[in-house]
Amino acid sequence: MSTDRVRVVVTGLGATTPLGGDVASTWSALLDGRSGIRPLTEDWVDSVPVKFAGRVAVEPGEVIPRPEARRLDRAEQFALIASREAWRDAGSPEVEPTRLGVVVGSGIGGITTILDAYDTFKEKGWTRLSPFTVPMLMPNGAAGWIGIDIGAKGGVHATVSACATGAEAIGYGIDMIRSGRCDVVVAGGAEAAIHPLNIGSFAAMRAMSTRNDEPHRASRPFDKGRDGFVLGEGAGIVVLESEEHARARGAKVYAVAAGVGYSSDAHHIAQPEPSGAGVQLAMSRVLADAGLSGADIRHVNAHATSTPAGDVVETIAIKESIGAHPIVTATKSMTGHLLGGAGGIESIFTILALNDRIVPPTINVDDLDDGVEVDIARGEPRKLPDGQIAAVNNSFGFGGHNVAVAFTTL
Amino acid sequence: MAVTEQEILAGLGKIINEITGIPASDVTPEKSFVDDLDIDSLSMVEIAVAAQDEFGAEIPDDQLKHLKTVKDVVNFIQG
Repeated sequence: MSTDRVRVVVTGLGATTPLGGDVASTWSALLDGRSGIRPLTEDWVDSVPVKFAGRVAVEPGEVIPRPEARRLDRAEQFALIASREAWRDAGSPEVEPTRLGVVVGSGIGGITTILDAYDTFKEKGWTRLSPFTVPMLMPNGAAGWIGIDIGAKGGVHATVSACATGAEAIGYGIDMIRSGRCDVVVAGGAEAAIHPLNIGSFAAMRAMSTRNDEPHRASRPFDKGRDGFVLGEGAGIVVLESEEHARARGAKVYAVAAGVGYSSDAHHIAQPEPSGAGVQLAMSRVLADAGLSGADIRHVNAHATSTPAGDVVETIAIKESIGAHPIVTATKSMTGHLLGGAGGIESIFTILALNDRIVPPTINVDDLDDGVEVDIARGEPRKLPDGQIAAVNNSFGFGGHNVAVAFTTL
Repeated sequence: MAVTEQEILAGLGKIINEITGIPASDVTPEKSFVDDLDIDSLSMVEIAVAAQDEFGAEIPDDQLKHLKTVKDVVNFIQG
């Protein structure tokens, strides 16, 4: 590890998830092993084969005033709720505006806006489209709104890499601070994709669980009976800051954002590469980037989406690149899969696991898959040791994107 | 039956409150949309469309830009 590199720390956390309207309620529910997955009650549910999902626990309309909410896509609403919590949590830092940045992405963008607006267009014509339709549907909209909200003039960016989006945003944010461009970056991901077209499209790939009789047991990473992912929604956003800037203002620091590793499969647009080589490369690279050895990593928040193809390959890759010793968990068993938001909330869970020295459980692992040879936090939270330790959050996305982000205790 | 100025003003107040969050009681005839109410051009489009639904009076884009105050819109709707 180069010793002259700028160290990046995490000084604020914000989230809205199927388990809670903020970080504290979400974290508490995770440690309790609660599922945020519920039956869908919309009238369109009969048109799709999957009849459950992880809706946010607190509707954004309860938090964002109506005049503001009507200009925002639902994903942008989630992103603003999470970024405002993270910003407050960081103590609303005073930052030179040109040294303040934003990296917030979404896997799909304003899909609900697109579909609703197209209905309006067909039924009533173009004059009835909201003049905010374009900023609501563009996938960089959330980043733009957050930039306006906090006055960020150092650069506003939106990563787009499907389910790796949130982690890639945090990785890009780390690099923005390391490169010297910014002192503070608000980074993460958001997604609002619970719509029959999306569910139908994912179902057409045979990617989703259809365990309609037991929604809360449908997301079951590493379990032999897993039959696909469960769609969730929400956002997870962190405040990244140079250690120097954070120390100078006496900020509370959760963890060090120690590094990021990227790779790409170049294999199949939507299936994991079966040897796990790409995933291994991302993890090897994060170790190198963070100056860590496999032995330093005591916990991995796995991408593990509960699909038959992906979960076991990931555990083999963890064993090969890091070792069999880290306590591995798949929090998607409780939140469902937030797509572009996943890397955001799961980075927060990884940071809190280090901060509180406790790993949230993976629920619904009744019958562990034979191929899993790493230590899974099955059913119960697990304690992490004292001393200087590190953890990794994995996020992978359709397109073959592999991202691993490393965090360490102070 | 023609709507009265008071009815139009009340209806506009409701629309503007819905779209911008500005209290309906602040929507008084002499107020300028840009200078007093801080309403941007995209919100003015939304207000014009909502006013068309409410009062049935279409406000073409080339007219909209000349409607500077609340009173201007009330007068336009009254024809």
